[in-house]
Amino acid sequence: MSDKSHHPNQMTGAAMIVRALVDHGVKHIFGYPGGAVLPIYDELFQQSEVEHILVRHEQGAGHAAEGYARSTGRPGVAVVTSGPGATNMVTPLTDALMDSIPLVCITGQVPTHLIGNDAFQECDTVGITRPCTKHNWLVRDVNDLAKVLHEAFYVASTGRPGPVVVDVPKDVQFATGTYHPPRKADVHVSYVPRLKGDATLVRKAAALLASARRPVIYSGGGVINSGPEASKLLRELVEVTGFPITSTLMGLGAYPASGKNWLGMLGMHGTYEANMAMHDCDAMLCVGARFDDRITGRTDAFSPGSKKIHIDIDPSSINKNIRVDIPIIGDAANVLGDLLQAFKAESMKSDIKPWWQQIAKWRARNSLAYKKNDDVILPQYAIERLFAATRGRDTYITTEVGQHQMWAAQFFGFEEPHRWMTSGGLGTMGYGLPAAVGVQVAHPDSLVIDIAGDASVQMTMQEMSTAVQFELPIKIFILNNQYMGMVRQWQQLLHGNRLSHSYSEALPDFVKLADAFGCVGIRATKPADLDGALEEMIAIKRPVLFDCHVAALENCFPMIPSGKAHNEMLLPVEANDEATAVAFAGGKALV
Amino acid sequence: MDQPASAYFMEERHDPVESHTLAVLVQNEPGVLARVIGLFSGRGYNIESLTVSETESQKHLSRITIVTTGTPMVIEQIKHQLDRMIPVYRVVDMTLTGRSIERELAMVKVRGGGDNRVEALRLADAFRARVIDATIESFVFEITGNSAKISQFIDLMRPLGLVEVSRTGVAAIGRGPEGM
Ligand SMILES: Cc1ncc(C[n+]2csc(CCOP(=O)(O)OP(=O)(O)O)c2C)c(N)n1
Ligand SMILES: [Mg+2]
Repeated sequence: MSDKSHHPNQMTGAAMIVRALVDHGVKHIFGYPGGAVLPIYDELFQQSEVEHILVRHEQGAGHAAEGYARSTGRPGVAVVTSGPGATNMVTPLTDALMDSIPLVCITGQVPTHLIGNDAFQECDTVGITRPCTKHNWLVRDVNDLAKVLHEAFYVASTGRPGPVVVDVPKDVQFATGTYHPPRKADVHVSYVPRLKGDATLVRKAAALLASARRPVIYSGGGVINSGPEASKLLRELVEVTGFPITSTLMGLGAYPASGKNWLGMLGMHGTYEANMAMHDCDAMLCVGARFDDRITGRTDAFSPGSKKIHIDIDPSSINKNIRVDIPIIGDAANVLGDLLQAFKAESMKSDIKPWWQQIAKWRARNSLAYKKNDDVILPQYAIERLFAATRGRDTYITTEVGQHQMWAAQFFGFEEPHRWMTSGGLGTMGYGLPAAVGVQVAHPDSLVIDIAGDASVQMTMQEMSTAVQFELPIKIFILNNQYMGMVRQWQQLLHGNRLSHSYSEALPDFVKLADAFGCVGIRATKPADLDGALEEMIAIKRPVLFDCHVAALENCFPMIPSGKAHNEMLLPVEANDEATAVAFAGGKALV
Repeated sequence: MDQPASAYFMEERHDPVESHTLAVLVQNEPGVLARVIGLFSGRGYNIESLTVSETESQKHLSRITIVTTGTPMVIEQIKHQLDRMIPVYRVVDMTLTGRSIERELAMVKVRGGGDNRVEALRLADAFRARVIDATIESFVFEITGNSAKISQFIDLMRPLGLVEVSRTGVAAIGRGPEGM
């Protein structure tokens, strides 16, 4: 037969897209239809291997794909139309770039011959998304499509993971061409992530650690991204060395919060012991973290007396903010494995007991303490009770952005990697609810909870409708303080208590709203009712909006105040008006 | 000086600034130059000069030469940021190798008569600039050399009736038998 269209590898661009998804093991995609992706939607309609989750706003598709990716370690996929569909993806793409989340986003584009004509729903998608993707492509020829799609998956999920965009004009979706399955030659020869660390540097690092008297391990999201093996090796390294370990917001769960060497999170709202250990250490091992400004405080006073080892897969993360002594470029699991071997060969040469005694003194300051109250629910208490209620369950937590996010990080103990989804780098309010949708799609039988704020949750509230449609029993646990609490906190501390536009005026009745969405609304206002209400929430196998009324004016401590170093934290017990005024008076600003 | 209350640490570092010439080998594909330039503008790096042209058409390779300035830490960042772009093959810091030749070409238009015209020709000769266009009242000179020499020539032409200048920007290559 000479009819080429019957050859199994001959197909339309739209069919290639679906075929490539199947070839890359994609079971679920998140998307929203529109003119420029109709051929793809037509293909989706006629198959059953890939399930499409219809969101209510493209931003929701992006964050859902992020939640899916973060909780599984596999790339999340979103499909959106041209123009407004693509521009609505800019926030999640940027979010995924900042937090190194593998995302493959397929955007429709106007037909090739109309590109540049200001056609209906045209925008320069590759131009707009160039700075917020790891890489992007505009595919002008259907015969390039298979190669580009395979490369897109490869680039998104290897090296330092990140978001990619494949922009496909509508005529390319209609056109017939040749598809091929993934193969090595699909990838730019110039893209070769380095996995193995330099052996000499690894040995030097092991020697430094073995002779350290005040060591600390500081791990980040890179350990989670590297996969379960990296977390396993990190735990083993902590066990073998006996070193204290802290982590960034993104790295929570790589080492268990119940582990005896755990210092808690570090940084602006980290624990006193973690930040003091960072400041006073003589050897620092940083794995898969990037010395972000929320972590370092003032860089000129950051851990002044330490030798620093930095393991990262991205060379551009090294010596960006803080000069390190031993930079090791490579994959966290790979390098941690080698380092563990090298350390075992060295054997510990110094006594770190005095260091642990010092840490015990810092711990005794109890930097997360808060005053309990019988009449109003304190937000810290709410998280503690939520944590207690979910213990032993198969739980995933997402968050929005604000005080509630920091309290969640401080008071919810994460025992495993991939269980904690939060917008760290970009700090995107509205992330948590759609992220929970994505997590629940990936883990239908697990307990998925978005720890939310009253303001943030309104940014992507419409995705409750997605949860209802797809029977995703996500739990939205709103710490309702009737304020943009984190904004108010800064206004109190830094702007003379002028609370400019940070009060949540005209809040909706979240219980009635739940009703309107066809899900379940629960409200708790008294500490005595909280445990029962939480039990009820967990027992319900449908989406829940939980309106938890908490103390309105509670602030998030400990905190590194203005222009201060790690050893100058403001602790909650000390954070009376006077001490706060002194700590934040004049001076250089940092927070 | 007190600084305003802010979410960020506002104190800037003031390390000495250096000038570096970078050679960047890239896959010649749509948008690659936009990526490189976008990196510089997006991250606030300086571009003093930038030249680009395909150098190996069979392999679709282009070579971009960038002269940039920054503190040593920023220069290191720029190189890493360039290197991690997907279509970038190699980044070589020609200044660090200490063994590179840098050249720039300029075309310089001068208008005038009488003594000025004679003087312009005399200086052009001294700088080994060639006349590539002439009218009764003007010359266009072509001059090649390092950037400082070209700037010096242009400064000398200014009082003699300089009309306009077109400069290519710097191209650089390493000395000796090895390639980059
Ligand atoms: C999209 C977006 N806009 C603005 C901000 C700035 N911002 C950070 S926290 C915050 C307030 C969050 O309020 P809420 O969700 O109620 O959380 P709370 O701090 O009260 O716990 C704002 C406005 C942001 N992070 N993201
Ligand atoms: Mg709030």
